[in-house]
Parts: sequence; structure tokens; C-alpha cells
Amino acid sequence: MAATVTNTESVVTAIGVGPRSRGGNGFPKNGGSRDGEDGEPLRFTPARYRIGVWMAIASIVMLFTALTSAYIVRSASGNDWQPIAMPKVLWLSTLLIVISSLTMEVSRRSLKQQRDARYGRWLIITVALGLSFLASQIIAWRQLVRQGLYLASNPYNSFFYLFTAAHGLHLLGGIMALTYLLLRTRQRRSTIDGELRRVGAADSATIYWHFMDVLWVALFFLLFLWK
Amino acid sequence: MAEATHEEVHRHPAPKGFIRKYIFSLDHKVIGIQYILLALTAVVVGMVMSVLMRMNLSWPGTKWPIMGTLFPTGAPGGVISPEFYLSLVTMHGTLMVFFVLTTAPQGGFGNYFLPIQIGAEDMAFPVLNMLSFWVTFVGFIVLLTAIFAEGNLTVGAWFSKLGTSFAAGSGTVGPIGGWTGYPPLSALGKIAGPGQGAGVNLWIISIAIFCVGSLLGALNFITTLLNMRTRGMSLMRMPLTCWAWFTTAILALLSFPVLLAGGILLLLDRIGGTSFFIPGGLFVSGSLVPLHNGGSPLLWQHLFWFFGHPEVYIAILPGMGATSHVLSTFARKPIFGYRAMVFAIFAIGMLGFFVWGHHMFISGMSPYSAIAFSILTLSIGVPSAIKTFNWLGTLWGAKIRFTTPMLFAIGFVSVFVAGGITGLVLGQTSLDFFFHDTYFVTAHFHLVMGVASIFGMFAATYFWFPKMFGRMMNETLGKLHFWVTFLGVYAIFVPFHAMGMLGMPRRYANFGEYEFLKNSHSLVLFVTVAAIITVGIQFVFYFNLFWSMFWGKKASDNPWEATTLEWTTATPPPHDNFAGVVPTVYRGPYEFAVPGAPRDFVMQTEPEAVEVTAELGDRSGNGGNGHKH
Repeated sequence: MAATVTNTESVVTAIGVGPRSRGGNGFPKNGGSRDGEDGEPLRFTPARYRIGVWMAIASIVMLFTALTSAYIVRSASGNDWQPIAMPKVLWLSTLLIVISSLTMEVSRRSLKQQRDARYGRWLIITVALGLSFLASQIIAWRQLVRQGLYLASNPYNSFFYLFTAAHGLHLLGGIMALTYLLLRTRQRRSTIDGELRRVGAADSATIYWHFMDVLWVALFFLLFLWK
Repeated sequence: MAEATHEEVHRHPAPKGFIRKYIFSLDHKVIGIQYILLALTAVVVGMVMSVLMRMNLSWPGTKWPIMGTLFPTGAPGGVISPEFYLSLVTMHGTLMVFFVLTTAPQGGFGNYFLPIQIGAEDMAFPVLNMLSFWVTFVGFIVLLTAIFAEGNLTVGAWFSKLGTSFAAGSGTVGPIGGWTGYPPLSALGKIAGPGQGAGVNLWIISIAIFCVGSLLGALNFITTLLNMRTRGMSLMRMPLTCWAWFTTAILALLSFPVLLAGGILLLLDRIGGTSFFIPGGLFVSGSLVPLHNGGSPLLWQHLFWFFGHPEVYIAILPGMGATSHVLSTFARKPIFGYRAMVFAIFAIGMLGFFVWGHHMFISGMSPYSAIAFSILTLSIGVPSAIKTFNWLGTLWGAKIRFTTPMLFAIGFVSVFVAGGITGLVLGQTSLDFFFHDTYFVTAHFHLVMGVASIFGMFAATYFWFPKMFGRMMNETLGKLHFWVTFLGVYAIFVPFHAMGMLGMPRRYANFGEYEFLKNSHSLVLFVTVAAIITVGIQFVFYFNLFWSMFWGKKASDNPWEATTLEWTTATPPPHDNFAGVVPTVYRGPYEFAVPGAPRDFVMQTEPEAVEVTAELGDRSGNGGNGHKH
């Protein structure tokens, strides 16, 4: 719990509010409090969003691990496994998502440095890159369809469509989260609690976005470089 | 600034409108009750189905006029067809495992009491919490739709228009593949026979939706527990119920995605024409299955059981937590070996991820991996024994208060041991070869997973009802309910072991055709009578539950003289659980019979002051763990 406290303190100081002194709920001040010596325990800490997003990542990792193990088992179980030539546009996809990770990081750091306008700008760029990534993935699908390679054409194709669709859906969730940030959190909040939530939401969205990047790169390796 | 902060801290005031208060509520207590009501509904459907199955097994070929009217194709003339029987098996299993044993213990009681027991005002993400319930509810509706799509000709015809894989109206009550839905038959669609059309699609979709709902819930539970414990509530001061819900949430978080993956693959095989699970050259009903090649039916078994085994712990662990909690309270003693209980519950949960292969011993797996799975399986006996002996240790020499919740908690220990012991039999490959797919297996998992976790939930219901509704449940009816249920489940499931040893196979609609089973008909009949009585007595429980809600004896804030945080607040708890007060915890959860204390229990919120200081000064860090007694 100590880590929580440290982070909170830094944000609280950053927005120019002193340590919380409001007590007076009739509680004896005591040690063993999770938020240091002050009487009022924090009812919200940014760690909440972070834990939540890491838990979501854990379950998404399990989903893709299950699909990957199915991929590996299936590649060895029949004589019909025919990998396809990679649509070249996927290099573009990969480039786009890696760059989007960098822009997201710039955005997050801007928020940390309290440069809110810059934060919003880079957030918009990240959303645009995310949407371009999805567009690029759809182009790859269309190229395959033009070659007559459909979902059921062969098991490799099935997995290709499945992996890209599953990743794309999760990325779409990330884009929705970023849009939410853009719509709801560009304004600085007047309260400590509100400000903690604003920064916490941006932090956890960043973690998720980086994860989407890493996940795509891993899938890219699995689908096209792993033999 | 201070005023604004104050408003942010109490950030959701109690909602006023009916819809926000009782339907789309963000309050974990309301959501918990919603989950419990969902389970109470699903369990009635599941129980009725089990009675229908028993009636068919005992009196095969009998005409049940009502069945003929309700299901003209599945039970023509009122005689239950074998396909209809199989669909009853499937839906009974699915409803019970997912919508009863997974929802009530975790989503229901966990939702209601985890935040209160750790001193939080709500779950970490109230909106996700609401979504998790409503997503689960949609899953339930989709599952019920599966019943009507297959059972009702009109609804079936409507689904059939969606394409060949949605052919429906076969007269069964949903799919017939069992709750495990093994391919290739479950992956083929209507060529596999009646009950394999829209019913299976809807079944898979329902399970997938359920997975999503459970994942949202699990994420919320873990975050709440890690992030929202109140001042002084260290991990080792948490009630064992919280540890159980926490472990369960971890299991759900890591296992449901795997089932979701399997479900997506299976659905794609059915409606997308892929061949993940369908091998080539498959003959079904005398004709070659076209267009599929190279799939692996065993792959599904691996994915399914990687989820399926943790799932049985998802069902039982909250029951273990509730049992520990209730035993300690009514034995008026600290739980024996608190730390050992925590580690054992975690060990059971984690080992549960590495034993899925024991469901597949006869699948032709390598004997070496079978041995590995076998050894890991048997090793779960160690933490289970730790728990059992600690429960007995808690009861040892205690002045026990035999209330209804206590009876059910003791009953839990009994059925858990009775059902768990046969796990050691089935976990050995050589014995499993003989027992696989017989009633011996059915006996094992019904006792240890079904009945035990239901007993845990009964204990929890009788125990927490006063806190939830402000009234006591009737003790006389409760004891009647306990004794009939307790004797009833043994009367049902002990003969199952004997049937299994006689070689009676699971999922057969009629044993009359088999010479070697002719002599066991009296046993089958006995079980059916016991089942009908046991199901009947549950309506006493339902009556007691709903009658006591309105006309039960008024309960005080702490009627059981228990120690944990939920008993420090009002009854029923206010919207933010502690009426704006933030509780402070000074001690472990099971401080009963503390020497020198004025009463025989010390609340977690009582500071180490005055009389008790001398005895307790050195114990603040770990829950009353019994070492000193």
C-alpha cells in the first residue's frame, strides 16, 4: 500500500494542494493507517485504476494465450495448414501502432507536466493513429479476400482473421477509452479527488494502449515469423 | 475546496428513483441481491429438470400428460424421448454450474459482503459491477431462449430462418451435448441430430456472455480488495470469506478467458465453416461430413477443462470461506490456524490450474502426462485436508451454538469430506479408467461441488439474512430444512457411488435395456424418492426466506455476536455501508473467547484499550489465529 501513498502525494503536491488535513469524523488518529498519519483515509487512489487495468490485461493475456495454444496445437494436428504470404500493409499497421504507443507516452508525460493543451493534442494524434491502424488492418483483410482467402479457406486463415479481429476489438475498446479521456478529462478538476481520477484514468489508459501495442507485435511474430 | 472534496468523497448519494435504486443500481448490496435472486430463479429450473430426469429413469416410458402438452415433439404423447432427457442433463448442468454455483456465492454474497467486510463504501468500479450483473442476466435469458428455440416449434421456426446452423424446433429443451459440449458432435450443427441446431449456438453465446460478465466481476473484486481496505485492515486481518472471494476472483479472471476462447472457436466451427475442432473424414449418421478437415476435438477438451477445473473451485471456495466464518462464530473460538487456512485456500486455487488433464484420462493422452496430472490432483488433498482438520480443530472443545447457519456449516464439512474423498479415487488413472463416465463421477462432483457449495450458501443465507433484511429467518423451519436436506443428499448420492461401481453409465436415458443393470432398479427408485423429498423441502427454505423478509423476528445489529465489520453497521446497512463513517480496524477477524475481555467476542473495530491490552498487545498483526488457545 506504500506505493499508492507515494503516488498520491506527488499528484497532490503537483496541483498545489497541501496534505489533507480534513479529519473530524470522530476517529481517533492512529497508526496502521494506509494513508500515513492523517485521519482521513483516501477513498480514491489512482492505484485503483491501475490495478483494474492490469487485471483486465491479465485476462486478455489469458484469452490470447488460449487462442495461441490452439493455434500451435492446430498447426500440428492436420495436413491442411497453409500459411499465407503476409499482406505488405501489415508492416504499415505495425509501424502505426508502435508510433501510437510513443505518442500516447508523450501525451501522458504532458499531463504529468501539467501541459494540458499538449496532452490533448497528442491524445488526438494517438486516436488518429489507432484508427489508421484499424483501417490498415481492414485493408489487409480486403487484400486477402480479393485473393480468395476467406475465414474457412484453411485453418491458418481462420486464425489470422480471428487474431486480428480479437485484437482489433480490444484496440477499439482502447480508442473508446481515449475518446472518453478527450471528452471528459481535458479540463483540470478543482478537487483533489477529481484531479486524481483524471490523472489515474489517463495513466491506466496509457498502460492499456501500450499493452495493445505489445500484443499486436507478439501476434505479428506468431503469425508471420514463428515457424 | 474542502467542501468540494467532501462531496467527492461521498460521491454517489443514495439514488431516489425506483429504476436507479432497484434495477440499474450501482449499489453493491442491491447488485448482490440481484445475483442471489437470479440464482434462486435458475436453481428452481435446474431442480425441476433434475426431478424430470429422475422420473424418467425410474419410470421409463410412462406418459406424463403435461410433458406431452408442453413439448409435443420432445415428449410425444407425454413420453420423454432420449434426446429430451439429454437436453435436460445439459440444461440442468449448465444452469446449475454457471447460473447458480458461480453467481450466488461470488456475485451474490461476495458482492454484498466483501466491501462491507473490508470497510469500503462500495466496489471499486460500481458501473462495471452493474454491468457484470446485467451481462450475466442477458446470458441467462439467452440460455432460456435456447430452451424455447429447440422446444417450441414456433420459436424454432423463427430461428431456422437464420440459416442451417440455426435449425431448431427439434423438441428438446436446448442442446443435448452435456454442459461440457464436447465436439465434434457439438460443432457440426443439425446433421449431428436433434437438439444440435440453434440450441447449441444459443448455449455457446450464453456461456460467452456469461464469461464476459464474470470477468467484469472478477476484475472488480480483485481491485476492491487490493485497493479499498479500510484503515488497519491488513490482508491478514481480513475475514476468511474475503480471502475465499479474492482467490475465486483470481481463478475466474484467469480461467474464464480460456472458456471464452474455446467458445469463440466452437461457434466459428458451427457458423463460420472453420475446422478448429472437426476432424476430416468424419461419419455422422451414416454420411460423410463434408468441407471439414484436420481439426482436433481434443483441443476443445483441453481448453474446456483448463477452465472447467478452476470453475469447480470457483463454486466451492466461497463456500469454504463462509463455512470458516460461520464455524468460528458459532463455536465461539478463533478459527484454528488462520494463516494455514489462507495458504490452503490459495494453494487449492492455484493447484486447480494444473490438473485439468484428470478429466481426460481416457482421451488417449500420454501415460506420462496422465501420471503428472494424477500426482498434482492427489496433491490437492493436502490443502483440502489442512482445511478440514482446521475446521475440526475449530470445533474441538467448543461450546457450539447449534443455529441453522452452524448446522449448514458443519454439513458443509461433512459433504465436502464425503465428496472429496472420492476425488482421491478418481484422480488415479487406473481407477478412473473404470469409473469414468459412470454414476461414481456424478456422485463425486455433485457432493463436493454441488451440494457442498450449496450448503455453504445456505449457511451464508441463514447467517447474513438478518444483516441483509433486518429480520431473522425462522429457526424451526431452518432446522427442518437442514436435517431433511442433509439426510436427503446422502440418500441421493451415496447410492450413486454404488451404481457407479455396478458400471451404470452417466447420461443414459433408460437403463431398462441392460441386463446387468436390471437388479439395480430398486436403487434407482430409492434415489428418485429421496430426490423428490429433498427438492420438496427446498420450498420450505423458499417460504422461510420470503416470509421472514416481511414477517420474521426483528434482528438487532449483531444478532450472532460476531466480530467482523458488517456487524458494526446498521441493519440493513445504509447506502454507503457505514453512514459516512470510515471504520478503523485494530485486530483480526475471529477474536472470540479472548482471555480478559469483558465479553466472549471482540469486534474488529474495538481499539486495544483498557482491560484487554495486556493480552492482545502482541497479536495485532495476525488474525486471531488460534495459536494461543
